[in-house]
Amino acid sequence: MMAQTALFLATVVIAGQLGELSLSQAMKTLGEVKRFDPATLLRFIASAFRVKWMWIGVGLMAVAFFSLLALLSWENVSMVVPATAVNYAVGAMGARFLLGEQVTKERWIGVIIVCIGVAFVCV
Amino acid sequence: MAERKSRRGKTLTLLGLMVTFGSLGDVLLGRGMKQIGDPPSWAPGAALAFFVRAFGSGTIWLGIVLLLLFLVSYMLLLSWADFSYISPASAIGYALVALLGYFFLGEQVPATRWIGVGLICLGVFIVGGTHPNTTQNR
Repeated sequence: MMAQTALFLATVVIAGQLGELSLSQAMKTLGEVKRFDPATLLRFIASAFRVKWMWIGVGLMAVAFFSLLALLSWENVSMVVPATAVNYAVGAMGARFLLGEQVTKERWIGVIIVCIGVAFVCV
Repeated sequence: MAERKSRRGKTLTLLGLMVTFGSLGDVLLGRGMKQIGDPPSWAPGAALAFFVRAFGSGTIWLGIVLLLLFLVSYMLLLSWADFSYISPASAIGYALVALLGYFFLGEQVPATRWIGVGLICLGVFIVGGTHPNTTQNR
């Protein structure tokens, strides 16, 4: 059961973060939104669904969601939710290596402190 | 310089909206589902009746609308800001929910949660001090 929990937890975190990174890639493909009138926003949303990264992201996030539901069927929320605080560190690593973002030392320190803080809040 | 300042301003504004929409959406969805209660069983008929009841609730619809606004704000933010900036900064929502629970719902918040809230605020403050975009128009 321990190995199964570890496998599902890893799926929740990795698929979830890869999904969000794909979403980020999709939005970067569309470019910065500079106007916020309703017509521009509707056009932006419609074009988002024509980018393949958007669909890859949605698919991966669905995998993460259903893995989380499965995991919660045998593990306690009080164990699962604090453990997923590691999401922030995994996401920052993915942003650095897959999206080429510059994660500075300050940002890393902030991310690690947030991870610890989220784990404390959820315990 | 002016563009950099205005981008930081719009990033923080949209981040505030995103966190508020997300937190309120979660709270309303949770409240709406509690009002409806557990389904008597998951047999097809009972499950259908449960979903019909859920989608007849104004609270749940308001929660869904707020969560959609959360998603749009998140997508807009990601169109220019780093994922490694937005993701940790959005954790401030945990602190917001704890504070709302304490001040508005009179919930008991244990000491460990306050420590967590303090750490999240510190972490978000540090991340917030970095530049929101490191991949384009630097």
